[in-house]
Amino acid sequence: MGRSTEQLRVPAVVMPRSRVIGGRAYARRGKYVLFIMPALILVLAVIIFPWIFTVWMSVHDWDIGMERSFLGLENYTKLVQDQRFLESTVRTLYYTALAVVLPAILGVLAAVIFHQDFPFRGLLRGIFIMPLMATPVAIALVWTMMFHPQLGVLNYLLSLVGIPPQLWVYSRDTVIPALVLVDVWHWTPLVMIIVLGGLAALPTEPYESALIDGANQWQMFWHITFPLVLPFLMVAVIIRTIDALKAFDTIFVITQGGPGTASETINIYLYLQAFAFYKIGHASAVVVVFFTIIVIFSLLLLYMRQKTIWT
Amino acid sequence: MDHYRRLNKRVTRRDLLRLGAGVIGLAAVGSYSRAAAPATPTVRPPEPTKAPPATAPTVVSTPGDTFNWKRFKGQKIEVQLLKSPRGDLLQQHQKEFEELTGVTVGSEQIPEQQLRQKQAIEFTSGSTTFDVTQESWHVQKRLFGKGRWLLDVRGYLKDPTMTSPDYDWDDFSKAGLGYATQADGRIDTLPYNIDYWILYWNQGLFQAKGVQFPKTLDEMVEAAKQLNDPGKGIFGFVARGLKNANTPVWYSMLLGWDVDGIDDKGEMHTDGPEAIAAAEIYKRLLKDYAPPGVSGFNWGECQTTFSLGRAAMWFDGIGFSPPLEDPRKSKVVGKVGYGVPPAGPKKQHSGMFGVGMGVSAFSKKKEPAYFYCQWATNKANQARMLAAGAGSPCRNSAYKDPQALAKPKVSKEWVDCLLASGKIGRPGLPVIIPVTEFRDVFGIALTNMIEGADPAAELKRATAEFRPVLEKSERS
Repeated sequence: MGRSTEQLRVPAVVMPRSRVIGGRAYARRGKYVLFIMPALILVLAVIIFPWIFTVWMSVHDWDIGMERSFLGLENYTKLVQDQRFLESTVRTLYYTALAVVLPAILGVLAAVIFHQDFPFRGLLRGIFIMPLMATPVAIALVWTMMFHPQLGVLNYLLSLVGIPPQLWVYSRDTVIPALVLVDVWHWTPLVMIIVLGGLAALPTEPYESALIDGANQWQMFWHITFPLVLPFLMVAVIIRTIDALKAFDTIFVITQGGPGTASETINIYLYLQAFAFYKIGHASAVVVVFFTIIVIFSLLLLYMRQKTIWT
Repeated sequence: MDHYRRLNKRVTRRDLLRLGAGVIGLAAVGSYSRAAAPATPTVRPPEPTKAPPATAPTVVSTPGDTFNWKRFKGQKIEVQLLKSPRGDLLQQHQKEFEELTGVTVGSEQIPEQQLRQKQAIEFTSGSTTFDVTQESWHVQKRLFGKGRWLLDVRGYLKDPTMTSPDYDWDDFSKAGLGYATQADGRIDTLPYNIDYWILYWNQGLFQAKGVQFPKTLDEMVEAAKQLNDPGKGIFGFVARGLKNANTPVWYSMLLGWDVDGIDDKGEMHTDGPEAIAAAEIYKRLLKDYAPPGVSGFNWGECQTTFSLGRAAMWFDGIGFSPPLEDPRKSKVVGKVGYGVPPAGPKKQHSGMFGVGMGVSAFSKKKEPAYFYCQWATNKANQARMLAAGAGSPCRNSAYKDPQALAKPKVSKEWVDCLLASGKIGRPGLPVIIPVTEFRDVFGIALTNMIEGADPAAELKRATAEFRPVLEKSERS
């Protein structure tokens, strides 16, 4: 190891600048470049070009079917003053917070339970992860029927225990928590699977030591299991955060952003601007801002994950 | 070591010169290749505002030529249909067209929202994958007209070699012809289907309380009040409360004041006394006599509520008869009454919404595509639509067709209501380009009203918000 490191260091310091040898190196490097070309072209075509094009569109006043004109940063300044956009941003953050925290808590709880040994554990675990396999639009349609204030099964179930009927997604006050309920049902199993994987990889020694020291179950969970499983949980939280920020299909199918604009998240707002009102320039500015928000969140979470890695 | 040294060698001027020469050489080879290559069609860059010529292509015909369905035998066209029972009908009988003309048809049905997006994107790009498509007049007429995205078929209609002698243009209803004609006189769609808004009423509930069918909007409010019985889970009225979907409800009521929310000159009448009065009725009906949560109801929830006998009246499009009369889906089979919308203080109108069929201006097979449109809107297909209860055809002859009337899947009362609505039809939404944004802005205002907001204040706010959008679209 030490020798090879030494070998690697030497040429960087004393490398002679021979043109003949350098020419060959260039040719060889050229060959290597050929190997990365397919990936490079793909990245340019599907990531870099669309991004540059989106930014370019965002500085134009461009509605489908109308003349295009250069606007500069006006689309962005309009966004800052657009009450509806600002409200949709706050709503997105509120929805994301609920749709990440609740599945994280329930997912960890479920993982701890399914980590225990009990009869039919495999079967029950299989049933528990079934929502993950369902298509979001199909789920949304089923939940729409369940939410119906007069005819839905949820109010029927509440009536069995003497709770008055609720309006669920048909009220401004309850629409976001009701939509989060769908998300929690759908995605808690994902958190459970990731955390369960982490639990399976935990070393047994700390538990043996804790038992010898007389620790109870809660102390073992809080001081050993949770810190050790935290890096895995952070992975789940990162995935869930990005996913919740992007949530569109279930919200659109169930409420289309209503009642009024009570469940209009950035994605719904964006969809309306781009595909209902055909305001391509304005919508592109929303995309750029939204992408920036997602990047900031991702970096923040990645930083937090680094902090939780075992050392 | 040697290898690593070579890899880390810096790029010299000579290397750069070599690289530059290589690039120039490649460019030269590329140019030569392009010049030497046979002429092939190139992909056109997107030109959103560049329109194809407005006039129909010149048809080569000589005196004595006659119409021949087989004229374009052997060609293949792509047809894009709005997903609906009407689309099913056309696909079921597609073989008939193929045998008649020898033209092969590839057709697909696409749900409304997705179809509109696909059309906008493809038309804007200046190249369409379809030769024939359908246009929702109430949403897309001005946009399609402005972009000249569909072929003006007046040339074909006048050409005896292109239009079948039995096509009978005058057979179409006035409303259909009006919708199919652009403001500048171009005809870019053939009339296909018109949907009128009607009042569905539960005859059993009306009889039980001895209430008469309302003749005016005020009577409708009174009837809703009398029939409303939330304790028994019965509500006097139901209609769309969800933003965007709810705008036609209010707009159709406004027609009773003989007022269009936005008139032909682009003037807005959306915060005047008539608009406020119509909104007051909308608010009262939905706030006081509709089921809780109605502010989130689209037509689906309304249909469920009415079909389970939970609402005495339902104000919506005429196309819901088949599910309401289907015993597997409805508890009100045989009890549903179909009535024209009650009159307002000045007029009685039924809000109308329609669909036309046209040929893409970018199609390379315009002639066979026009043949398909002609076949799809002919008398036989329009009568089929009525007989199947799949929609309300634009041809007057369909409603006199003995075969269609002998086996309709809907009641005679429904057909009578349809005919009566046809006589009082008037566009149920303004014919403007940003109509979806109009629905959205005013839809939010209407939803706010259901939740208690003042109609005058909400309409004033919505009008102020929408005015610049309208002005921009009219200006551009």
